[in-house]
Amino acid sequence: MLEHMISALLALSANKLRAALTMLGVVIGVLAVTLLVSVGDGARAYLNNTLSGIGSNLLSVVPGRTETRGFGPPAQGLERPLTMDDAHALERQGTTIRGVSPMVQGGGTVRFRNRQRDTMVLGVGPAFSDLRNMHVDSGEFVREEDVGSRRRVVVLGRRVVRELFGDESPLGQPVRIAGGRFRVIGVMEPKGRSLGFDLDDLVFIPATAAMDLFGLDHISQLVTAARSKEETPAAIAEIEEVLARRRNGERSFTVQSQEDLLKTFGAITGAMTMVLLAIASISLVVGGIGIMNIMLVSVRERTREIGVRRAVGATQRDILWQFLLESVVISTIGGAVGLGTGATIIFLVHRYAPDVPVVLSPWIAAVAFGSAFATGVVSGVVPARRAARLDPVEALRYE
Amino acid sequence: MSETGPLMEVSALERSFTLGEEEVRALRGVTFSIDRGEYVAIIGPSGSGKSTMMYQLGCLDTPSRGTYRLAGYDVGSLDDDELAALRNRFIGFVFQSFNLLARTTAVDNVALPLRYAGVGMRERRARAREALDRVGLGHRWDHPPDRLSGGERQRVAIARAIVSKPALLLCDEPTGNLDQKVGQEIVRLFESLNADLGVTVVIVTHDPSMARRARRNIKLVDGSLVHDGPPQEGV
Repeated sequence: MLEHMISALLALSANKLRAALTMLGVVIGVLAVTLLVSVGDGARAYLNNTLSGIGSNLLSVVPGRTETRGFGPPAQGLERPLTMDDAHALERQGTTIRGVSPMVQGGGTVRFRNRQRDTMVLGVGPAFSDLRNMHVDSGEFVREEDVGSRRRVVVLGRRVVRELFGDESPLGQPVRIAGGRFRVIGVMEPKGRSLGFDLDDLVFIPATAAMDLFGLDHISQLVTAARSKEETPAAIAEIEEVLARRRNGERSFTVQSQEDLLKTFGAITGAMTMVLLAIASISLVVGGIGIMNIMLVSVRERTREIGVRRAVGATQRDILWQFLLESVVISTIGGAVGLGTGATIIFLVHRYAPDVPVVLSPWIAAVAFGSAFATGVVSGVVPARRAARLDPVEALRYE
Repeated sequence: MSETGPLMEVSALERSFTLGEEEVRALRGVTFSIDRGEYVAIIGPSGSGKSTMMYQLGCLDTPSRGTYRLAGYDVGSLDDDELAALRNRFIGFVFQSFNLLARTTAVDNVALPLRYAGVGMRERRARAREALDRVGLGHRWDHPPDRLSGGERQRVAIARAIVSKPALLLCDEPTGNLDQKVGQEIVRLFESLNADLGVTVVIVTHDPSMARRARRNIKLVDGSLVHDGPPQEGV
């Protein structure tokens, strides 16, 4: 077998340009497979990371009833909104959850002296910080007593601080939010962007203060988390039970889990990866056709050689292996080059554009290399069989 | 392999081809036998069936009717792999157009039959160098064919034919592509191989001077044997 490999390499080195051009088809095919699937995988890994960075056992309760547990738009036409009392009840009675925070979503202009910024305003409770894994860098987060006494205090996101205060310390400073006067009690640590949303471009105020500010008597949603991943179903059941009891059995709310979200995104990105893989495979098929074409030409050109080999004792099997291995050697070298090029490109992307999510997973390396090998076998079979079945007499007479 | 009987036994051998509707009888019942160590020329005008006979004797083709035995093996009853093994073991071919592998050194060309005999790389090279020495080309062992003259190429081809120490050296117009002087040297080489190694030499040729140097001539005309004996004068 090793001997066949060596003679295959020798035969290819006899016509280097042709071998290189033939290889190019497979190189491009494997490169396409590697890069496109890496982009797909990268997107999936990115989504997984971001979402689990938010907190993987996270649960949220939104008003309105949706049948699916997917990630849809919030249901409208609230018969029965969520209230602060719901939050308190869950906090008191919940045994499978850790922490409950109300959340009131709004937006407004934050003003300090003559500077201002339009930003997102989130009314929350103290548990929000741990649940969402967002902590203060200096000062304090919204406290229980701030919520209880509807205190007008605010914790600023990094970007808001930079825009309004520059290098000045904002702690203790008065700011205006949507017209109301608030005092800065904390600054969040930088979080960066996530799913296209700037987590530094927002401010936190007590949920009760937000209700006052926006003139609401209810909250937008409840944020909580199961104590562990395994307890998620139990936690969902418990939340449903507690809240339904407060509504005379009426289920006018929906519990969404982070896992549902992950599954939905996973399915989307998985499908995307498969589509990309299918597209990339086409170029591999084209590369394979190129190999087959060249191998057929090669068999014809080397008819005499085949005749001589048969005359001195080569069996049909010997000839078959000779040509099959040539084809496989072309395609695997092409595969290796394509994979190497792909890996290099991915490495460079990581180095110079770390934000672009591309991941070279071992499985795609294996798939790319394996499909290059398979391409060689498939495109080599027909020419090799043709070579092996040549009649020795005809082959020797061939001009 | 029977050591006692003749090396080659051809009896009532026929070979016909179908060309469209027509059946062409290239060999029409030829019978002869050749012993070990003989030096025979198979002659005849073109179209006489001598090429067909050469493929038969070389086990590259099988009879339509009749039998051909090589070293006791009934060639007509063997399958393709067995024929390949038989050629590898008993026959060395020398062709008119040398048929060396391009871009392959002399020594690797010569070693080719040993590869299909399953001989290891190192031993193959050593034996190929010996065979090249025997034909007087030991010093050119690492030259590819395109850096050798016609006579040298044919010597490499002869070295390839004798490297596995076959019982039969089967030559198809071996001097056809060479000039007179070089051709004579090649003929002398066959004679010395025949005398020194005891290898049976069968040369298919239409060259009368070559035929006269053989001890026995087998002449075919229109697929039939018309003469079997010492070279005839005035051929």
